Parts: sequence; structure tokens; C-alpha cells
Amino acid sequence: MSEYILDVTDVDKNFGGLQALSDINLRVKEGTVHAIIGPNGAGKSTLLNVIVGRLAPSRGRVLLGDQVLTGKEPHEINQLGVARVFQTPEIFPELSLLQNVMVPAFAKREGIFKMNFLKSLFAEKEVREHAEHLLEDVGLLQHQDHLAGSMSRGDKRRLELAMCLGQQPKLFLLDEPTAGMSRHDTNRTIDLLKRIKERGMTKVIIEHDMHVVFSLADRISVLAQGAIICEGTPEEVRNDPRVKEAYLGGETV
Amino acid sequence: MSNTKIVSPKKDMIFMAILSVVVLTMPIWLQPFGAAYPDLMQKFMIFGIFAIGYNILFGLTGYLSFGHAAFLGVGSYTAVWSFKLLSMNVIPAMIFGTVLSGLFALAIGFVSLRRSGIYFSILTLAFAQMSYNLAYSVLTPITNGETGLQLAQSDPRILDHMSGIVADGSLPTPNLFGIEGIGYSGFYICAALMLISFFIYLRIFRSPFGLKLRAIKSNQNRMGYTGFSTRPYLMTAFVISGMYAGLAGSLLAVTDPLAGAERMQWTASGEVVLITILGGVGTLIGPLLGAGIIKYFENIFSAFNDDVLLNAFSFLPDWLAHPVASVVGLFVGEGWHLTLGLVFMLIVIFLPGGIMEGITRLTRLVTKRDKAEPKSEAHETKEKEQTSAGEV
Ligand SMILES: Nc1ncnc2c1ncn2[C@@H]1O[C@H](COP(=O)(O)OP(=O)(O)O)[C@@H](O)[C@H]1O
Ligand SMILES: [Mg+2]
Repeated sequence: MSEYILDVTDVDKNFGGLQALSDINLRVKEGTVHAIIGPNGAGKSTLLNVIVGRLAPSRGRVLLGDQVLTGKEPHEINQLGVARVFQTPEIFPELSLLQNVMVPAFAKREGIFKMNFLKSLFAEKEVREHAEHLLEDVGLLQHQDHLAGSMSRGDKRRLELAMCLGQQPKLFLLDEPTAGMSRHDTNRTIDLLKRIKERGMTKVIIEHDMHVVFSLADRISVLAQGAIICEGTPEEVRNDPRVKEAYLGGETV
Repeated sequence: MSNTKIVSPKKDMIFMAILSVVVLTMPIWLQPFGAAYPDLMQKFMIFGIFAIGYNILFGLTGYLSFGHAAFLGVGSYTAVWSFKLLSMNVIPAMIFGTVLSGLFALAIGFVSLRRSGIYFSILTLAFAQMSYNLAYSVLTPITNGETGLQLAQSDPRILDHMSGIVADGSLPTPNLFGIEGIGYSGFYICAALMLISFFIYLRIFRSPFGLKLRAIKSNQNRMGYTGFSTRPYLMTAFVISGMYAGLAGSLLAVTDPLAGAERMQWTASGEVVLITILGGVGTLIGPLLGAGIIKYFENIFSAFNDDVLLNAFSFLPDWLAHPVASVVGLFVGEGWHLTLGLVFMLIVIFLPGGIMEGITRLTRLVTKRDKAEPKSEAHETKEKEQTSAGEV
């Protein structure tokens, strides 16, 4: 087993004429938080889409530990231990918050498909308690019976976090988890993410908020126009002139 | 009885008990409505089974099948063949009807579920129409074409002969170990089966399996990134609902042992969609209500004919009575589908959640009036959300 949990090698992605990703190499060590930053349209979400199997890369491959992810279906990739929070929250709007968290927990227990209805009926109580615990973790327990679709955007994001956390993924991908949140909500989310960091879950996080990035990340990659222009510790990245030019646009960090 | 809150099994048992009492006492309380005769009550039960099964697919997963009549037809044909070849006992007929429809659903679902949305609907419609046409043409040796599959005095009925049951001069009738499949006993057979079917359906609604189906309906995309392969779940739901339709089809053959291809026509598929939407898609008892109401009014409206109408309008002067009767005549008798279409339009426009939504709105209105003290805006929206999360 390599020391890297995520290993992205020579990945290209073209959309027609547009080169959204070119020659991406990214390695993430187990138990660390790796941030990806870069201007809008740089290809950050596209990179996550390639990792979770939503998009097939035009070239290159993605490994999770020793396992090849490239070419697998999203649900297979999830079952191998990759969970993702989307840029616009992907939840189950017509289900209650509690049910939203229960569904992924069932997936973790049962795998891709299970015919044994009765057995999962017995598991239900356990799963429900687990789900309540998760909702408490993200501060949504008092709303557990509300429809997810009726919650605020910030609450939906936290719900999606809880859904993913319930699966205890080996690799947790977060696409701008604090975008559109108030300062207060952002701070709560950072606290939450720090707490999961202590649990040793490997995370790849896309984030615009430099405050969030520098308080969480062990390493940072900077993506611009589909290419990684710089990678290093927060300190190194902060002082890299190329980054200032390409991304920060002279803004002090 | 909510979909989104966890319901205690005890409450469900009480619910089942109430439903059983309501169903089994139908011969009494339906009398004032003039609907307490066995034929019609059997139809309520049979189409109730058809509709709740359909709701497992449409209500839980949101996949709109336009071909469920095909399974109804397969159930009927199989049941009649079971009467002919094996026994007039309804048990083998029902078992074979249900199982064969399930297999048939497996085949159709295998292809149709490769697509979703409108393409899925079109595929199921195409398959059902194909089955309908085949029943009329190539499959005539099995279906007896336009005449329809009927019993005959000379049928082998192997099991019956082995157990020494020999028909006298007349055609034998379907029975459950001697209990007749028609009349009041027939109604109770159908009612018992409906209640059993409903209990299974209730368990499916409450089970994690039902939750996953609802999650598929809510956001199929998320389901994939959550680690579930949606296709086998959809397939299971499709086959289960096909089996419910097959059971309903074989019960139709029990009440009248004759199977014709028209049972598979697209209008029959459309009817179950209508019943489910009218009652309330995805609600527990909505489809039962829908089935009851549609079958009841079909029965009343289609009984009208021109003479009855002229009689009804005889208080008008002659020159007026005739045109009025002929206009109204468009909406009754054969034209009852026109009325149905209009009602359906009104429901979809004003009550998209069907009758169950109407009931929820009414109860909300009543309970609001009860505690008619002013509330803050925020409070009220919260309450609304909770009620909508707790709809039946
Ligand atoms: N499915 C797609 N089809 C075509 N173009 C896409 C698709 N997804 C992303 N793109 C394009 O690829 C580029 C990178 O997008 P994205 O990865 O979403 O950027 P960001 O870094 O802001 O997340 C953009 O120019 C976007 O328009
Ligand atoms: Mg993005």
C-alpha cells in the first residue's frame, strides 16, 4: 500500500475544445487535509467529478490506495470509501432530515444493493440512533422531522456533511462547503471540520474562503486554467509569487 | 401515518385494524350509497390491490409506468388457464397469476428501467401495447384472440379430477375449497386478499427499502454518490407492483372467468394512473380511495342511458328536455370517460395531491379554526412545514 490514499496521475479532461484539466498530478497523504484553491472556472469541481466517477477523464487515472477508481460507477466508488459534498447541496428534499442521514448510513451497512428487507428492518433502530447522533453533531437535531427541502442553504450543507460523515469515508471530498454561508455558519462549519480532522479522516477541500483554507489545510494545491501551478504547505503557497499573480490578484492574505 | 416520521408499529396495527373493520363492513355501510352489491365491492377490492401495487412504483419511486395493464392481463389469462388445466380452486390461479406477472415484469422492467422519466413511460406503454397486439394475433392459441379465453365443460382440470371433484351439467365456478368466488363469499375472499396485500404494502412503505425508494424519487443523483445502485431497487419495486397487478388480474378472472385482451389496452393502464393520482400519489390509502371512487362513479354513470335521462328531465318542456338530455348524455353512459376526464383535470389543476391533499387541507382548516388565536408569521410557516412533513 502506498502512503498516499489518493493518487491522481496525469489527468486530462476536455469538454469539446475546452481543456478543463490538463496534466493534473495530485497526491494526498492519509489523514491529512488537502485544499484546492483557484479562481472560478479553474477546473476544481471538474477534478472532483473525475475522482467520484461523474466524469471519465480523457487521459490519466485515479487511485484510492491501491484501487483504481477510473472507469468505476459513482456508487462503486462511494462503496470503496469516497464521499462528497457538492457545490450546490445534493440532498433528498422530500425526505426529513433524519431520513436524509439514514439513507447513506444504510448504504454503508448494506452495500450497493440488498434484498434482505427484514434484516435492514432490524438494523433500522441502530441506524436511526446513529443518524440522530450525526444530526446532533452538525447542530440540526431539533429539526430532524422537517423536510430537508425547506431548510436554509447553510442547513442543507450541514445536512449533506452529516450524510457523508455517517459513512465514515476514507476520503472525504468537499466542494466549497462554506460558500453562501453567513460568517456565523462558516465558523460553525470550520469547527465541525476541525473536529473531523482530529478523527483522522482524509479530506480534499475546495474553498474560496482563505480563512477556512489556512486554518484547516495541511497542504494546498493551486489550480488555474486547468493546471496545478503550485503546491505546498500553506506557508509556501502564501509566499509564492505565481499564486499571488494568478489567483490572489495582489490581494494580501 | 406520516411518510417522513417514524411510525410506531403499534400505530400501524391499529391502522390495519380500523381498515379491516371498514372494509369488512362494507356490505353494511355501502347500502345507503346503493353500492353494497358483491360485484361492485369486489371491483373496489381488486382495483384497490391494483392501485396500491401501482403506488409502490409510482408513489415511492416516481417512475410513471403506462403499461401496468399488461400485468393485469397476464394475471387474468394465467388464472383462466389455471382454471382450465389444473383446478377451479382460486389458490393456484392466484399464485400462478401473480408469479407469472412478476416474471413478465422482470422482463419488461429489465429493458424499460434503462431509461427514466418520459422515456421510461413510453417504453412501458410500448411493451403493453405490444402485449395487447400479440394477444390478438400471434398468441391466439393461448389467448383465444378476440373471443377471449373461456372455460369449457371439456377442460381437463387435472387436480379437480384427481380429487374427485366432477362438474355436473353446468360450467364450474371458481371457488376457494368450495366457497364460491362470486357473491358475498367472493367479496370476502377479495377483501381478505386486499387486506393482506395492504399489510405487505404498508410494511414496504415503512421499511428501509421503502425509504430508499423514496430517496430515489427525491434525488436519484445523490443516491448514486451515496453508494446505492438504483437500478436493482427500481427493478424490485417494478416487479412487486407487477405482481400486485397480476394478483388483481387473477382476481378479475375469479369474479368472471373470462380473459380478454382489452384488459391490456392502454386505457386500462391509464385508469390505474388516474386512480392513483385522484386518490393521492405516494399516500398510503389514497389509491384505495381513488379506486373506490372511480369504480363507484363508473358504475353509476355508465348505468344511465337516453331513456333514463329523458325521464329525469321530463319536468322540462319537451323542446328543452331533448337537447338537455342529449348534452348530459355525452357525459354519462358510454361517455362517462368524458366526465372522468373533466374531474381529473380539475383535480390535477386544483388538488395536485389528490383527494388525500384535500382531506389534509380540510383538517388543517378545521384545526386552525379550533385554536383561532393569532400566531406569528414564523410560527405558522414552521407549523406548515411540519404538517407537510407529516402527510398521510
Ligand atoms: N459538464 C461540463 N460540460 C462542459 N463544460 C464543463 C462541464 N463542467 C465544467 N465545464 C467547464 O469546465 C471549466 C471548469 O469548471 P469547474 O470545474 O466547474 O470550475 P471551478 O473551478 O469553478 O469549480 C469551466 O469552464 C466550465 O464551464
Ligand atoms: Mg466549482
